[in-house]
Amino acid sequence: MNPFDYLQADNASNAVKLASAAAAGKYLGGGTNLVDLMRETVERPDTLVDVTDLSRRIEARPDGSVMIGAAVKNTALAADRTVRRNFPLLSRAILAGASGQIRNMATVGGNILQRTRCTYFYDEASRCNKRDPGRGCDAIDGFNRYHAILGASPSCVATHPSDMCVALAALDAIVHLEGPEGVRMLKLVDLHRLPGGRPDIETELRPHELITDVELPALSFAARSTYRKVRDRASYAFALVSVAAALDLGDDGNVKDVRVALGGVAHKPWRALKMEAALRGRAATEVNFRAAAEGELSDAAGLRDNAFNRTRQADDRCRPR
Amino acid sequence: MQGSIQLEISRRVLLISSAATIAVNGVVTRDAAAQAAGSQMNNTEVSFVVNAESRKLNVDNRTTLLDALREHLHLTGTKKGCDHGQCGACTVMVDGRRINSCLTLVVMHEGDEITTIEGLGQPGNLHPMQAAFIKHDGFQCGYCTPGQICSSVAMLEEIKANIPSHVTENLTAETKTTPTEIRERMSGNICRCGAYSNIVDAIAEVAGTKA
Repeated sequence: MNPFDYLQADNASNAVKLASAAAAGKYLGGGTNLVDLMRETVERPDTLVDVTDLSRRIEARPDGSVMIGAAVKNTALAADRTVRRNFPLLSRAILAGASGQIRNMATVGGNILQRTRCTYFYDEASRCNKRDPGRGCDAIDGFNRYHAILGASPSCVATHPSDMCVALAALDAIVHLEGPEGVRMLKLVDLHRLPGGRPDIETELRPHELITDVELPALSFAARSTYRKVRDRASYAFALVSVAAALDLGDDGNVKDVRVALGGVAHKPWRALKMEAALRGRAATEVNFRAAAEGELSDAAGLRDNAFNRTRQADDRCRPR
Repeated sequence: MQGSIQLEISRRVLLISSAATIAVNGVVTRDAAAQAAGSQMNNTEVSFVVNAESRKLNVDNRTTLLDALREHLHLTGTKKGCDHGQCGACTVMVDGRRINSCLTLVVMHEGDEITTIEGLGQPGNLHPMQAAFIKHDGFQCGYCTPGQICSSVAMLEEIKANIPSHVTENLTAETKTTPTEIRERMSGNICRCGAYSNIVDAIAEVAGTKA
């Protein structure tokens, strides 16, 4: 690990000031990913601004929306009564990720900005366009069981590892930001980028912008939702594929509205808009679910080890529980 | 040594007092003094409570809580397994909640209360979970055991606090202590000897349920 200055911020504006004043400042949440990457010298900040004392509030508003402070721990969000009752897919997604220990440390803001777990990104002896732009990618012809089938590029096939973000994508969550130029908001689905030719640029965040809050807009049918995850062991493993889904079913058995997002398949949490469009107004039957899933995956491209994912995903979403 | 401690204190007082005169309004950091003095301070003083004893350390900012416990405080009951948060051997409790001490910097724990395996129980005065691990033979080599025990003690508190898990069927009901819940909630602690079934038996006994 390289030496660094350690600073604590007691509010967002001061955090932004402290990070902006450093040559290579970074915000520190729970540290579960950043500390590990610093140990491997993949991350080399000269200053860490600890933002874990910033907002830890979860505010359920009368209109049904929820404001979540960026410093809220993953455990606290998953255990929140309102979230469990009204947004179960979010609780389920968080609980499907990591371990009890890590969920106790990790923050909401840090979860969103965690880096890929592509092993070639971590291994400095490997070529990686994300770590070292222009050097090449050893994952494309390497061990790529956990790599992207949607939206990948010849430069990068890494996936975003978060479970929580898949639920946030399905819920149209809004990320509140504060930076040197002021505050603004971004939809979570617009925050992360596809890799294209610059996989090292992972988000639309401007320099020193800090996530301050995450807002869940009200969604009446989110209470009828869940999260499912397929992985190589029963617990404590990253997703081969995961699905966050909420369903609004009419009395006629037709889909009135639906939200679907996929994890483990792309460089960002993947909102399945094609699938949603194909399902609205249709009968909620296995045949229709399967056709909609196949439609979403019409552009999917497999590599040596992950082509199975295309069928696995379609099967998984269609299987009644 | 007394002299160097005195010197340390007076340097800190000096830095703090000079910082106070030029402190940026509202910027409150433990390194404010160092910042204002314009120095690159890669060390920080941390005060916390470890196993009910107040401790103060001046550490390189890079020091993890795990290395501070083992190398600085010589509490070697907490083990370094993978050093990447994947095995759980380094599990300790901070303010009653279990965490991986290898993934957190000690400078993040100013004022915190830390409990390690040494604080849970000692020879002749074992914590019920330690006694249950012995009774049920919940280990072979023993390397993961301190982490397993710290994790399991805090895990039972999480169930009592109604924190759900991946296998909790009804998110709106009170959480229950079942063998399935215990297995899922202990998945962050790897035992390469494979003593899992006996570990679950030990935890279930302490929890007062049948495994």
